Amino acid sequence: MKKIPRQHMPEQDPKERIHNFEEVALGFTAELAQLEAERCLNCPRPFCVEGCPVNIKIPNFIQLIKAGKFKEAVMKIKEDNFLPAICGRVCPQESQCEAKCVVGIKGEPVAIGRLERFVADWEYEHGVEVPELPPPNGHRVAIVGSGPAGISCSVDLAKMGYEVTIFEALHEPGGVLTYGIPPFRLPRKVLKNELEFVQKLGVKIVTDAVVGYLYTIDDLFKEGYEAVFIAVGAGTPRFMGIEGENLIGVYSASEFLTRINLMHAHEFPEYDTPIQLGKRVIVVGGGNVAMDAARTALRIGAGEVVVVYRRSRKEMPARLEEIGHAEEEGVKFEFLVNPVRFIGDENGWLRGVELIKMELGEPDESGRRRPVPIEGSNFIMDIDNAIIAIGQASQPIVAQTTPGLELNKRGYVIADEETGQTTREGVFAGGDIVTGAATVISAMGAGRKAAKAIHEYITKKN
Amino acid sequence: MYKILEKRVLSSDIKWFNIYAPQVAKKAKAGQFVVLRIHEKGERIPLTIADYDREKGTILIVFQEIGKTTKLLGTLEEGDEILDFVGPLGIPFKLEENVENVVLIGGGVGIPAIYPKAKELYKEGKKRIISIVGARNKDLLIMREEMETSSHELLIATDDGSEGTKGFVTTVLQNLIDEGRDLDVVIAVGPTIMMKMVAKTTRPYNIPTLVSLNPIMVDGTGMCGSCRVTVGGQVKFACVDGPIFDGHEVDFDELMRRNKMYVDKERVSLELWEKEVQR
Ligand SMILES: Cc1cc2nc3c(=O)[nH]c(=O)nc-3n(C[C@H](O)[C@H](O)[C@H](O)COP(=O)(O)OP(=O)(O)OC[C@H]3O[C@@H](n4cnc5c(N)ncnc54)[C@H](O)[C@@H]3O)c2cc1C
Ligand SMILES: Cc1cc2nc3c(=O)[nH]c(=O)nc-3n(C[C@H](O)[C@H](O)[C@H](O)COP(=O)(O)OP(=O)(O)OC[C@H]3O[C@@H](n4cnc5c(N)ncnc54)[C@H](O)[C@@H]3O)c2cc1C
Ligand code: FES
Repeated sequence: MKKIPRQHMPEQDPKERIHNFEEVALGFTAELAQLEAERCLNCPRPFCVEGCPVNIKIPNFIQLIKAGKFKEAVMKIKEDNFLPAICGRVCPQESQCEAKCVVGIKGEPVAIGRLERFVADWEYEHGVEVPELPPPNGHRVAIVGSGPAGISCSVDLAKMGYEVTIFEALHEPGGVLTYGIPPFRLPRKVLKNELEFVQKLGVKIVTDAVVGYLYTIDDLFKEGYEAVFIAVGAGTPRFMGIEGENLIGVYSASEFLTRINLMHAHEFPEYDTPIQLGKRVIVVGGGNVAMDAARTALRIGAGEVVVVYRRSRKEMPARLEEIGHAEEEGVKFEFLVNPVRFIGDENGWLRGVELIKMELGEPDESGRRRPVPIEGSNFIMDIDNAIIAIGQASQPIVAQTTPGLELNKRGYVIADEETGQTTREGVFAGGDIVTGAATVISAMGAGRKAAKAIHEYITKKN
Repeated sequence: MYKILEKRVLSSDIKWFNIYAPQVAKKAKAGQFVVLRIHEKGERIPLTIADYDREKGTILIVFQEIGKTTKLLGTLEEGDEILDFVGPLGIPFKLEENVENVVLIGGGVGIPAIYPKAKELYKEGKKRIISIVGARNKDLLIMREEMETSSHELLIATDDGSEGTKGFVTTVLQNLIDEGRDLDVVIAVGPTIMMKMVAKTTRPYNIPTLVSLNPIMVDGTGMCGSCRVTVGGQVKFACVDGPIFDGHEVDFDELMRRNKMYVDKERVSLELWEKEVQR
């Protein structure tokens, strides 16, 4: 049999796409998808399934694609993952399912993520069926935060007959999917579809509701909710704590992306929210957030965008595909350097940055080699903006206002890995607020586990 | 949607809105603020909670029309609705128990911001509440009656001397200090420069001084860092760590610089809007 190569997914030309916010990757056609599906060996012991944080039955859905049964394929995925159109686009498959794919040992792994995305999109084109819901069971559950963890928990509970209300602090639901991940990676239409589906199941989403201030967790119980799921994410931006970080022109990646994705600052003055972007921009960090900030900066008119990362390319935590996309679009990279101070003018505007060169030493707790500054290697770069993308910390408001809710040393909510049970009765938690900044799929998985545990808890209690 | 139940025009550019937001009203405390967005394409701006009525379910905001968003807000009438109204945000204002002689200083739209504090302290039965309010001239003095009924003493400063002492609120404050009055704490809300001068006035006498900062905000929930200020050499997020801070520790100059960050854009936005309104 002739060996079929891994099918390439059509993409927008980099020269075109740096001028728009349309999706970069265009998706498989049915033919390409079926051809790619042929490559799956349908292993009796599928390692890919072990690599998936929610153990999607990968070979099964791929066999269904091969047979042209797209509807059945997507239903197979949805047994384990509610958000295939989103996960197919943003999961780090190369370090999860595809990393374990047997085909990948000698060649390139089966394009599992692209296939997942294909069938999910196919379903939307052909109309998503809203499942028949059981009669309301008379129990109410409150969910705090409308990111992937909150959404998935709400869907499972709604399907079991619960009356579910999601409280969201911002004016739009979706969490990081709305304000963080840019539309050229995750088109807003895809997100809107998912959120509409959630509401079709009868889930109520209340925006502008900062739990902790507007309602405490205790208030929610008093209002008749029998359980609460905390899914507030890890949205607090980290700064480096170096000189000049409050100069005008230094943004956290969260602020930068929020101004664009949530507030449409790139459409100023049609939209009222402004942004100050100059010609030369550095982005500090090496993860997905850094890639998103860099590519966004290019699209809204920065002349030159340089990602500065303190380790080497090999240690970059960003998805490979996104690093590749960033490079194609003209983002530059400076490895093994770290800012030591920002330099401003007399009016407080950022003008430059002093960087120091680094080398890799012994591996640290994360197993990656620790970057060590090389003394005397400092140099200065002229810049107009710096976007800090070195990570996020936990969102503290709920914890501060909920007596009895214990946190770990790093400030995240302590919760059982299997059930999401916290140190407060009836209070469950999952997603980034428990694990620290992680992935969409793991947040989704945590939401589903919590839904199951909440169901057991309420059933037992009554 | 949040309905404007009552509107008053306090001066040519200061408006007073009572807004129906029952859940916010249930929870609001002095010192907190809301973030509002008027329409789909609007920006999110913070405004202090100037009063609340838990029974009627209303929140009072008083704002000065200085740019596009506040001017647009000022054109809304009773019965109109605001798209988003998030709150109550920030850490409520709190004084130590043993504090009895309190000076509250409000400048411009800082006056409505100190009003709920005065009201709460007055109700608590503090020994002496002295309020000092300042404005450019007599016509710009707002909420005078409310301030009068919630202070033991109301002192006024106007730039042109059309009412009260001619000079700044700090002139009046310095007089109190010179007279040797008992002053346990000073709370100042107003333009950044005013708060800076108040802190400068009290520093030599070690009078504890609280100020409510007004940096540029986006979410108001600690998620972006737009509102970062330097207090005691440390970076704080004014929306969740404040907005009230120790005035002797705040880097006011940095705050003033950061607040000018978007002036060019703000001008464009305002001019465009004014053209639109004229049409
Ligand atoms: C720029 C960026 C790019 C990323 N790229 C990827 C990627 O490519 N692939 C991937 O798998 N992961 C990616 N991630 C990580 C992923 O998005 C997160 O791990 C995931 O969104 C976590 O989901 P969550 O539901 O726990 O929290 P979030 O998505 O953070 O949602 C939490 C929600 O809770 C709300 N909230 C917070 N406090 C309160 C409160 N007090 N009351 C009410 N609501 C509140 C927030 O406003 C927010 O909407 C990225 C993250 C960022 C920031
Ligand atoms: C906690 C807090 C409480 C406040 N309370 C009041 C109040 O009770 N009454 C009142 O009149 N004003 C208050 N302000 C200031 C008010 O938010 C600004 O005047 C308003 O945002 C200006 O918007 P604009 O579009 O009309 O003007 P613009 O022309 O956009 O801006 C004018 C100036 O206002 C400031 N500003 C602009 N955008 C923002 C923003 N998103 N957040 C904060 N400041 C901004 C900047 O310094 C700017 O130069 C408060 C600010 C804070 C942070
Ligand atoms: S306004 Fe965004 S963190 Fe304070």
